[in-house]
Amino acid sequence: MKRSQQVLAIAGLALAVWAMCYGFYYAVWVEHQTLDHIGGALAGAFQHASARDMAGARAGLDDYARAKYVYTREVDAHSHWIGLAMVLLALAALWNRLGYGESARRLVAGALIAGAYGFPLGVLLQNHLAAPAGQGIAIGAAGLLIAGFGAIAFGFARGS
Amino acid sequence: MALAGSLANAAGERAAAFPRLGARRLLVIGGLALFLGGTIFGDVFAVFILHPNADRIGQALAGAVAAVRQHRADEAGRSFEAIGGLLENRGTKVDAHAHMIGFGYLAMLLAILYPWIRLSEAAKRGLAVLLIAGGVVLPVGVFAIHYVGLAYSPLESIGWASIIADAGGLLAVAACAGFLAGLWRGWRSDEPPAEDALLADRSWAGRVLLAGGTLLILAGFLHGAWFAGVDLYAQERQDHDLLARMAESAAMDPGPGLIPERAGAALNAYGNLQTDHAVKIAAHSHIIEFGLIALMAGFFQPYVLLSERWKRRWAVVLLTGSVTLPVAVLAELRFGLPAGGVADVGGALVIAALAGMLTGVVRYTGCLDGFAEAAAGTTGGGSGGAR
Repeated sequence: MKRSQQVLAIAGLALAVWAMCYGFYYAVWVEHQTLDHIGGALAGAFQHASARDMAGARAGLDDYARAKYVYTREVDAHSHWIGLAMVLLALAALWNRLGYGESARRLVAGALIAGAYGFPLGVLLQNHLAAPAGQGIAIGAAGLLIAGFGAIAFGFARGS
Repeated sequence: MALAGSLANAAGERAAAFPRLGARRLLVIGGLALFLGGTIFGDVFAVFILHPNADRIGQALAGAVAAVRQHRADEAGRSFEAIGGLLENRGTKVDAHAHMIGFGYLAMLLAILYPWIRLSEAAKRGLAVLLIAGGVVLPVGVFAIHYVGLAYSPLESIGWASIIADAGGLLAVAACAGFLAGLWRGWRSDEPPAEDALLADRSWAGRVLLAGGTLLILAGFLHGAWFAGVDLYAQERQDHDLLARMAESAAMDPGPGLIPERAGAALNAYGNLQTDHAVKIAAHSHIIEFGLIALMAGFFQPYVLLSERWKRRWAVVLLTGSVTLPVAVLAELRFGLPAGGVADVGGALVIAALAGMLTGVVRYTGCLDGFAEAAAGTTGGGSGGAR
């Protein structure tokens, strides 16, 4: 078992554990309250509209859109972390079939790990940083993932 | 006698690598069963619940617009309560489906990484049981959330079903943390892991599944990147704008009717937007999920006791279904329900292929146990003779 393969397997399983811990925390302390907030804001907006209070309705809709934006990214971070963790684990098992030397394998493993940890983090950071900063991190990490996966496909084609 | 002895040794070695009630067998069979259970549940959900539920959400939203028109704030609130219930019904079923499949993947991946995990067999078996138990308890708890609600709950916004689901999640976290510790110990150890048939297989079915799975995952990545770059933000803006148009039109537009023309158009556009969003997310997630399951099925080919022809057939059926479902789901935007029917057929192909492979794994385990028992009998007889 090469070092790059070990690092990939451990990074993958550690990411799965992290994603599950985040999902557990989110389900217990955040999700139900967030869903209540989203539903309440939307219902409130239409109730304001019923009373012809259009400023209140618009404020309610803005609140709804903001809460839904945040919720979507929180759930996406969880699902992408766990999904990418499983991709890392599967690739770790296939690592010996890559037609590259150890130094190239380390480079590919590094790109995949940075992408797998960084992409959902960038998605999540869109809730906390200015949107372009979070998007920039997510796009950069997604680029690493796609490049890494492309290198893997090429490496499999070359064979071990 | 020499042949019998060597057969007994080979059977003994194989049985030792995949022992009856051993952790690895639990992970393989439990993982495949969880994946299969999650996929069947997803197919049933898609056929019988998804579309009627979407229609009811549309009707409730129309009811809310009509209530705004008639100055009935309470009625609008009740409509959104109904929508909340319908969304919870859909969301919990999607979550149960996705989590059951996710835990199935994890179990199978851990079975693949098994030789690198340096823990005692008893510890691995305990962790495998924990993971499978969590993989069952969490989705069942999530499924029950919509039906149990907050009945008898000690908490303000979390019911008993959620508490049980969260406990299932904790079991899975504990199991994976234990496996991670074992992987770490394996890394620190100087002892090389044992040679493993799962990682050495080069059969036709195995190679096709590994290559197909890799391509499916890459396609899923690219589709996801395209969706995030082109659609996601535009759809979020449209969601807000269409709801605003409905509320403003119902409140302010002159003219007769419960739903003014502009609000009606916004309602239709909102329905189309939700379909567009759901379809693209479903295509993205399913193509990656099926890519992963194809990769894992590729690994497990040495444990599938079927003829080479049937192994090839199931591999082709699995990949055909894996491509058909996401493509047909995307085609629903243009062709509607007929494409949805084709997608369901794609899901059924995946289920049939996995059920076929699972049958092969179960046959393999039965055969292995038979050999192991025969080997034990041979060894026992020999010893008896010597005595």
